[in-house]
Amino acid sequence: SQGIIERDETPMEKEIARLHREHFEFSDIFYFCRKGFEAIVEDEVTQRFSSEELVSWNLLTRTNVNFHYISLRLTIVWVIGVIVRYCFLLPLRFTLAAIGITSMIVGTTMVGQLPNSSVKNYLSEVVHLTCSRILVRALSGTIHYHNKENKPQKGGICVANHTSPIDAVILTNDGCYAMVGQVHGGLMGVIQRATVKACPHVWFERSEIKDRHLVTKRLREHVADKSKLPILIFPEGTCINNTSVMMFKKGSFEIGGTIYPVAIKYDPQFGDAFWNSSKYNIVSYLLRIMTSWAIVCNVWYMPPMVRKEGEDAVQFANRVRSAIARQGGLTELPWDGGLKRAKVKDTFKEEQQKNYSKMLVRNGSIG
Amino acid sequence: VSHSQITRLYSRFTSLDKGENGTLSREDFQRIPELAINPLGDRIINAFFPEGEDQVNFRGFMRTLAHFRPIEDNEKNKDQNGPEPLNSRSNKLHFAFRLYDLDKDDKISRDELLQVLRMMVGVNISDEQLGSIADRTIQEADQDGDSAISFAEFVKVLEKVDVEQKMSIRFLH
Repeated sequence: SQGIIERDETPMEKEIARLHREHFEFSDIFYFCRKGFEAIVEDEVTQRFSSEELVSWNLLTRTNVNFHYISLRLTIVWVIGVIVRYCFLLPLRFTLAAIGITSMIVGTTMVGQLPNSSVKNYLSEVVHLTCSRILVRALSGTIHYHNKENKPQKGGICVANHTSPIDAVILTNDGCYAMVGQVHGGLMGVIQRATVKACPHVWFERSEIKDRHLVTKRLREHVADKSKLPILIFPEGTCINNTSVMMFKKGSFEIGGTIYPVAIKYDPQFGDAFWNSSKYNIVSYLLRIMTSWAIVCNVWYMPPMVRKEGEDAVQFANRVRSAIARQGGLTELPWDGGLKRAKVKDTFKEEQQKNYSKMLVRNGSIG
Repeated sequence: VSHSQITRLYSRFTSLDKGENGTLSREDFQRIPELAINPLGDRIINAFFPEGEDQVNFRGFMRTLAHFRPIEDNEKNKDQNGPEPLNSRSNKLHFAFRLYDLDKDDKISRDELLQVLRMMVGVNISDEQLGSIADRTIQEADQDGDSAISFAEFVKVLEKVDVEQKMSIRFLH
């Protein structure tokens, strides 16, 4: 996406560097000053937590941020669009979604009654796939899957970039996964309880999530069992707006096993899939999705990756992240998606202070 | 500033305004991670808020940002009789001077200089060393011997620095 301002990327060292003596100059603050103002006008991070701007309008009011001039003809087209979307598409999609969710609950409960056997597993897969497909139709989803030969195998871990709760449905449309997540209440909870009877999904209680070792242990046990379906994890931990990939939490990469990276890129022209959870709750979000034109996306299955000798979890996570970003055409950001809600750590500021100090005082002496 | 630039800045202003009340508070600025990790972040944020106030509206926002307009922009509207534009070299320097001069007495005292230095180096330099650095800096710039830097002395020290380039932000369109 285009930027507003020209960012001056000269590193601190070059801009403040001096040829001979190390000392302080009043102009040193100019560097920090300008960087501060650049960040105020436009920063890399906060823009990722709001929807991507479109180059040309797609007739949805919600994306009409910068296009103000609307002629009469365009307005008429837009009104027709609204009628089509709200009066025709929405009820259709809602019905389909209701059918899909009901079948999921009923189907998995029934399959769950069977004793554990290969028949049960087969039926469970059928139910999950069918309901997933109904739900994708309910969103008018058009998905292109690339490189199907790299599809995640049993006993592996599938990692993907996260844009919306429907990411999971996009992937389960084409294969069966063991979902990982927190137990919710309400309708979601009903679905979770029903599906876990048919197929060993990994649902955690809220209290269990806090215990990282417990989480890792349970996932490790699941992965060790090669007959179990691959786990689906979104290591960013939160929804990002699909223009970049933020820091991957290392926890998923400490479990071991083979990682199957998947890149998901939505086409924003047909509908904005990003869930801005601070702005919209899940119901408004689903309503917006169901009144968009369609959900069009590309899914790339990538060759499996394993942790190399001497590579730690963080490096491995970064390596996988780069691969996904490159494949999906997304930028990579070293920032933590948690910054959506939490404050940034002081360590970054301390690092800048340290670097500046080095220029003032070298080898402990003042030049 | 062109119409589209103002629109974009207004868009930015509203996206920062989480309370949606048409003004920005200090917390709204601190939510920007790149600004929060800037050693001078707090001082920069303060520059937006007039004396004793906790909210800044869009007008105030633009006014402060105007200091960073590139000087070339002024060539188009040369108005000899009007007030000096906010982004003149002199006003840019004045802006920087005010970042140092916290008590607004038009002088940068040793303490004020030490405060800014301390913000920029964090815990990495001892008080004594920092004190020496401050002393030497003042000594070099101080011309009237009052152990403080006035605005005129400040300007003199920076006369060879390309202030226009360092304190400007260019729009892409």
